Amino acid sequence: MKRTNEKFAEQFPTFQILNEEGKIVNEEKMPDLSEDELKELMTRMVYTRILDQRSIALNRQGRLGFYAPTAGQEASQLGSQFALEQDDFLLPAYRDVPQLIWQGLPLYKAFLWSRGHYVGSQMPEEVNALTPQIIIGAQYVQTAGVALGIKKRNEKRVAITYTGDGGTSQGDFYEGMNFAGAFNAPAIFIAQNNRFAISTPVEKQTAAKTLAQKAVAAGIEGIQVDGMDVLAVYVATKEARDRAVNGEGPTLIETLTYRYGPHTMAGDDPTRYRTEDLDSEWEQKDPLVRFRKYLEEKGIWSEDQENEIIEKAKADIKEAIKQADDTPKQKVTDLISNMYETLPANLQEQMEEYKAKESK
Amino acid sequence: MAQMTMIQAITDALRCELRDDENVLIFGEDVGKNGGVFRATEGLQDEFGEDRVFDTPLAESGIGGLAIGLATQGFRPVPEIQFFGFVYEVMDSISGQMARMRYRSGNSENAPITIRSPFGGGVHTPEMHADSLEGLMAQQPGLKVVIPSNPYDAKGLLISSIRDNDPVIYLEHMKLYRSFRDEVPEDSYEVELGKAKITREGTDVTLIAYGAMVQASVKAAEELEKDGISAEVVDLRTIAPFDVETVVESVKKTGRAVVVQEAQRVAGIASQIVAEIQERAILHLEAPVLRVTAPDTVYAFTQAEEVWLPNHKDIVAKVNDVINY
Repeated sequence: MKRTNEKFAEQFPTFQILNEEGKIVNEEKMPDLSEDELKELMTRMVYTRILDQRSIALNRQGRLGFYAPTAGQEASQLGSQFALEQDDFLLPAYRDVPQLIWQGLPLYKAFLWSRGHYVGSQMPEEVNALTPQIIIGAQYVQTAGVALGIKKRNEKRVAITYTGDGGTSQGDFYEGMNFAGAFNAPAIFIAQNNRFAISTPVEKQTAAKTLAQKAVAAGIEGIQVDGMDVLAVYVATKEARDRAVNGEGPTLIETLTYRYGPHTMAGDDPTRYRTEDLDSEWEQKDPLVRFRKYLEEKGIWSEDQENEIIEKAKADIKEAIKQADDTPKQKVTDLISNMYETLPANLQEQMEEYKAKESK
Repeated sequence: MAQMTMIQAITDALRCELRDDENVLIFGEDVGKNGGVFRATEGLQDEFGEDRVFDTPLAESGIGGLAIGLATQGFRPVPEIQFFGFVYEVMDSISGQMARMRYRSGNSENAPITIRSPFGGGVHTPEMHADSLEGLMAQQPGLKVVIPSNPYDAKGLLISSIRDNDPVIYLEHMKLYRSFRDEVPEDSYEVELGKAKITREGTDVTLIAYGAMVQASVKAAEELEKDGISAEVVDLRTIAPFDVETVVESVKKTGRAVVVQEAQRVAGIASQIVAEIQERAILHLEAPVLRVTAPDTVYAFTQAEEVWLPNHKDIVAKVNDVINY
C-alpha cells in the first residue's frame, strides 16, 4: 500500500511538450497552431519580458508605483491567455497584469493602475475582466460566481483566474474551486507555482507533493504543467476551456514556473532567501530561450525579428508612460462620485465641501 | 392589504422582486427546498425554480464571492447569511470587495447585491447567532445598512434594497420575525433607503432607535407619558448612512436625546449619532445626549440574556437622567 500523498502525486505528472533544448517531446499533444500564431506567442513573450525590464527601471526612477515582476512567468501567463477568447472573463491577481494587457487593457492604463489612479481600473468595453486582485484568494471565490453566471446565461465562455503557490493555502482557494465544482460551472483556476510566496518556499505551504492534486478535494479536474513551456500551458488551458464550455466543469492547472525578479519592487530582496544555484537552474529553463530555439529550428524566427519587437515594445512603453503622465490628477470629488450610483446625504455634504476646496 | 408578520412581509417582498426582475437570484444555506431556517424563503423555489432560488455549499466566504461574480454577469443577487454572527467568514467579500466594487473599477462595475441576515437577542439562540454586528458594516464606505422594525417597513425597505444598484446589508431581527402583525399592502412598494421615520411624536425628549429597540422605545414612551414626559421616537430604518437631518430636527425641537441600541456600548452606531447631534445641534441641547446600550462584554450566554439586553426600563431610567440633568 502506498501512502495517499504519494499515490495522488503519481496521478499528477508534469505535462510537457517542449523541453529545455526546444525539442518537442510530446508530439501527440502538439497544438494545432499556425506559424503566425507561433510567432505571435513568441512576440508576446518577448514584448512582456521587455515590459518587465522597463517596468522595473521605471519603478526605480519613481515613474511607476506598485509593481510585481513577471520575468520567467511569460509562458505561464501568456500561454494560458492565448487559449482564451475575447469574451472570456478574466480575474487576475496582482502579478497578472500581462494577461490583462494581451486581453486588451491599454498599456497606459496598466501603468495608471501601478501608480494608483482609478482610470487604470476602468476596463474598455471589450475587455471582460476585473482589475488585479490584491486579496489573495478573493479572485477564486469570485470566479466561481462569474462562471455560474455564464452558465445561467447559457453562454459558451469561461471565467479564468490566477493565484500563486502561496495562495493555494487560503480558504477562498478551496471554496472557489469547491463551489465551481458543486455547480459544475465553466471555470479555469490557474495556480502559478513559482516556488516562493515572498520568502516562503512552497514546501512550507503544504505537505502535498503537487498543488494540482488539490483539485481532488473539490472533485474537479487537475493538471500539473511545465510552466516554462508555452505550448504545454497553452494546450492545458485550451483543453480546460473546451471541457468547461462543453459543460464538463472546472479545472485546476498548476504551472511550474519561476520569477527571476523579486516578489514586488517594494523592498523585497530575493538573495535573502534564494540561492544562486536555484536561480541559475531556473534560468536554464527560461521559456523564451527554449521557444526561440524551437522557432529558429523551424526557420520562422530571427534575431532581427526579435529586435524589431524589442524596439516596438520600448516605443509603446514610452508612449504609454507619456499618456499616463497626461492623465488628469485625481480629485476627492472624483473619488466621492465613484462610490455610489446615488450619493447618500453624508457624501453629498462632503462633495460640496471638497468642491469648494477644489475651486480655490 | 393583509395582516402579515415581519417574516411574511419579507417573503412577500422577495416574491415580488423574483416576479418583477428575472435577474434576481436568491441563494444561501438551506434557502431552497427547505425554505430557509426561518421559512423566510418558503415556497419560493417551488414557485420560481431551482435556477432562481438555490442552496449553496456551507461556506459564507464562497457565498459572498458567488454574489460578486454573479453581479459581474448582470444578475441581482440576494444571498443569505444564515446568522449574522457568521459574517466574520465573509468580511472580505463584503467589506473588502463588494463595498468597493464601484469605486475600485472607477465606476465601471457595480455590485447590486442585497445580503439578508438574521440577528438579534431575546430568543435564546446558541453562541454567535444573536450578536449585533451592524456597527462593523456601518463603518465600511460603499455599503448601506438597513434594519427594519416592523412588517410594513420590512417589505418596502427590502424591495428598495434589492432595487438599489449598490450593496445593501439587510438585517432582520429574529425577535421581530413573528412577534406582531401589521397591515401590509400586497402590491410592490418602496420605502426609501436613508430615511428615518417618526414612529411616535413627542416634545420633551427624542429617543433614537432601530431594530427591536424601536418597540422598547415606544413602550418606554408610553410609560413616560404617565409621568407627563412626552417622548418622540425616531426609527432610523437605515442605520448607515443614517438620516442625520430627521434626527437633528427632532433634537432641535425637544432639546434632549437618548440613543438606544441593543449592541454593546463600544459597538453599534450610537456614538456616531451622538457625534452628529453635538456637531449640529449643541446649542439646542438642554442636557448631554446619553446612550442606552448593552454592556461591553461578549454577547450574553443564553440564560443571561434577560439581565444583559437593554429594555424599556433602561430607556425610562436614562430619559429620567436626561430630564433631571
